[in-house]
Amino acid sequence: MSTPEIIHAHAAPQGFIRKYVFSLDHKVIGIQYYFLALVAVFVGMFLSLLMRIHLVWPTASIPLFGDIKPETYLTLLTMHGTIMVFFVLTTAPQGGFGNYFLPIQIGAPDMAFPVLNMLSFWTTAVAFVVMLAAFFVEGGAPLHGWTGYAPLSAIPSSGPGEQLGADLWILSIAIFCLGSLMGALNFITTVLDMRAKGMTMMRMPLTCWSWFITAILALLAFGVLLAGGILLLMDRNLGTSFFVPAGLSLTGKMIFPAGGFGGDAHFSHAGGSPLLWQHLFWFFGHPEVYIAILPGMGVASQLLSTFSRKPIYGYKAMVYAMLSIGFLGFMVWGHHMFMSGMSPYTAFAFSIMTMAIGVPSAIKTFNWLGTIYKGRIRFQSPMLFAIGFVSLFVSGGLSGPFLAQPVLDIQLHDTYFVPAHFHLIMGVAAIFGIFAGTYYWFPKMFGRMMNETLAQWHFWFSLIGAYAIFMPMHYLGMAGHPRRYSQLTELQYLAPLLPLQKFITYAAVATIAGQFLFLFNFFWSMFKGPKASDNPWESTTLEWTTSTPPPHDNFGGKVPVVNNGPYEYSVPGAARDFVMQTDPPVGSGH
Amino acid sequence: MWAKSIKGIPDDMGLALLAIIWLITLASTYFFVAKTWWLPVGASAAAPWIDHQFAVTFLLMGFIFVAAQVTLGLFSYQYRDRPGQTSDYSHGNNKLELMWTVLTAILFVGLNLMGSHLWASERFAPAHEGATKVEVTGAQFAWYFRYPGPDGTYGKVNPKDISAEEQNPLGLDASDPAAKDDVVSGVMYLPVNREADITLRAQDVIHSLFIPSMRFKQDAVPGLLIKMHFTPVMTGDYEIACAELCGLGHYKMHGILKVVSPEDFDKWIASKEAEKQ
Repeated sequence: MSTPEIIHAHAAPQGFIRKYVFSLDHKVIGIQYYFLALVAVFVGMFLSLLMRIHLVWPTASIPLFGDIKPETYLTLLTMHGTIMVFFVLTTAPQGGFGNYFLPIQIGAPDMAFPVLNMLSFWTTAVAFVVMLAAFFVEGGAPLHGWTGYAPLSAIPSSGPGEQLGADLWILSIAIFCLGSLMGALNFITTVLDMRAKGMTMMRMPLTCWSWFITAILALLAFGVLLAGGILLLMDRNLGTSFFVPAGLSLTGKMIFPAGGFGGDAHFSHAGGSPLLWQHLFWFFGHPEVYIAILPGMGVASQLLSTFSRKPIYGYKAMVYAMLSIGFLGFMVWGHHMFMSGMSPYTAFAFSIMTMAIGVPSAIKTFNWLGTIYKGRIRFQSPMLFAIGFVSLFVSGGLSGPFLAQPVLDIQLHDTYFVPAHFHLIMGVAAIFGIFAGTYYWFPKMFGRMMNETLAQWHFWFSLIGAYAIFMPMHYLGMAGHPRRYSQLTELQYLAPLLPLQKFITYAAVATIAGQFLFLFNFFWSMFKGPKASDNPWESTTLEWTTSTPPPHDNFGGKVPVVNNGPYEYSVPGAARDFVMQTDPPVGSGH
Repeated sequence: MWAKSIKGIPDDMGLALLAIIWLITLASTYFFVAKTWWLPVGASAAAPWIDHQFAVTFLLMGFIFVAAQVTLGLFSYQYRDRPGQTSDYSHGNNKLELMWTVLTAILFVGLNLMGSHLWASERFAPAHEGATKVEVTGAQFAWYFRYPGPDGTYGKVNPKDISAEEQNPLGLDASDPAAKDDVVSGVMYLPVNREADITLRAQDVIHSLFIPSMRFKQDAVPGLLIKMHFTPVMTGDYEIACAELCGLGHYKMHGILKVVSPEDFDKWIASKEAEKQ
């Protein structure tokens, strides 16, 4: 740690473009990421609204959108999933909050590589534009689902949207991977090299640990997806055959007649494996789940401690739990493939590993409850969402051990039980982490407080709404309702499930309406909210030691020196009920 | 140090959290326990065992679910900031932590091992001698069922010969003698109480043969021949779905499994053979 503040110092930019557009300041870049995710989440939510309407009223025509056909439903589903996973759940917690607060929380003036940081944001932004462009090309957006299983995704004639739209979809994901890889490198280097004096690894806030571990996962996972995406593009456009076996016939026509690409027999498709795509995809896809949820775990830990006015319960256990979740997360991708035709013997290994992830997850839950136990809880809005996070994490997590058992997966795989599970945990729980972070850090980012009353209403709408939407999906799944069905009209056993589907749609409409409370509160408070003090929540970590909003170099020329662990609340004998990390050393000191 | 001064927070927020979290827990649990929506009737030999494993998992997970949510609600209320409430300065308890870790490890891994012999019996061994042979082929957007006929051998198929006009959806190779007696049907017939020896194929993209009442699901993957088996134990009609997204008609790719008496099955096969002549 050689005087990073000198090496990485760069003068505050002047003109508008350098200050707000192509900024090198991690705080501006963090806000850019956040706004990108905010746009994306409303796009993704709108798509899900259309899906819900079409499911229960298949003939309904949407104003300004027109009729929804079965294939339209599949493109909505594909784009909803892709946009939410990449541009919301990966972008907001890591790119947004991570960028803004990681350097400040470890006492650094900026990220290790500011130019790379700017590049990673703009790369991600380009990826988003390319993704949206898929809607507007001939044939529209692809219908192969966010998992893009080959050969459906590899054969342009396999359905509407599988032509240029699918190419753009893959291209966008590949570009996104580049942005994420650059970001991951930056995060890892920053944590390892830029910590202030006294900020040992074991004094880092759990948020920093979560961003650090997430970055390692991203570095190892996105590279694989990038490779897979490039191979898929080559299969589609260059006549290779990584994922396409020989002899495919689509509605009675040979898809790749002998003679193959450009009339050259050497390029006729043969020898590819559809399962190879699944292995590559899920080698990325499962760690991606933790990329989405780990930062939420970090935020929940930080907030439960802060608002309970108690040290976090089992700091080290929390760190080790996150590390083992990250480590095990790379060894379980096969649990997505129990029904895929891969060797049934490997299912054993993947299944045991998956169940093993339940252990660190249970530790985290235990410790969150232990943190609020005998605390003195302040129910400000960030805390409400942190408590909601724990509730949703438990509910979403406990359906995992069903799906992790191959023998139960026989019945539940690819039914609504699966969307119920992953929406609760990596969807809504992660989103609650983002909301909690937003209400908590908004004052620091924008210098004003958000409205508490609106925030409380937003919380109730979101919590009750999320349960009303996703809990019934378990029942649908148990009854055998396959997912990704645009209509319930064909299979007779689905007819009795229509009332339940209608209930979910009503709940979705109400929940989505509730999100406008948030949107309004966000922008109204940004300009009209009461001015925030430097430390409105009486927190202990470094971002609350500096002014609100922080100056360009984060600490106004001072270099913070860390003396305490991150969660020294209610220390006996201390003057206040919180001891900041820069205060003279007290307590266990970690 | 009670912060009454926090603006805009109702005094009974802790109580509200308790009430809502408990209500959500109660409502969610009620519909599981009342089995308002539940697994479809199980009509295969393995169904009772699979359902048993499901019930055990459900009980254990349900218990943890209720315990965790009730505790969360309770703590939120009990440890709300109020006059006289003090905060415990504690960094945790390693013994408790270790105990909890060991307990959950035993629970999760044990649960997994409990169900593993079922998986093994479903997937590790091939079908028994004398099972009814059926080849299932998925194509956008239909299921085809082929029976090998008296010779017990499936004839060759060639994707070049696939033709809707000539009613040869599988591309049976006319030059192969083994193909002559193959019966291709749009409906799946199986005799009751006899194991079905299934071979799964796909012509174009991945499909997944899902027969909820048989507790059966398996992807059909282009380029792979996947062998599976199950034993239907109740006569009746059972719906077949496609469980893997296969294109715009995915939702309507369905079929019927008719489980009939062995005599009716033989009669049906004989009539199909007669049609071919």
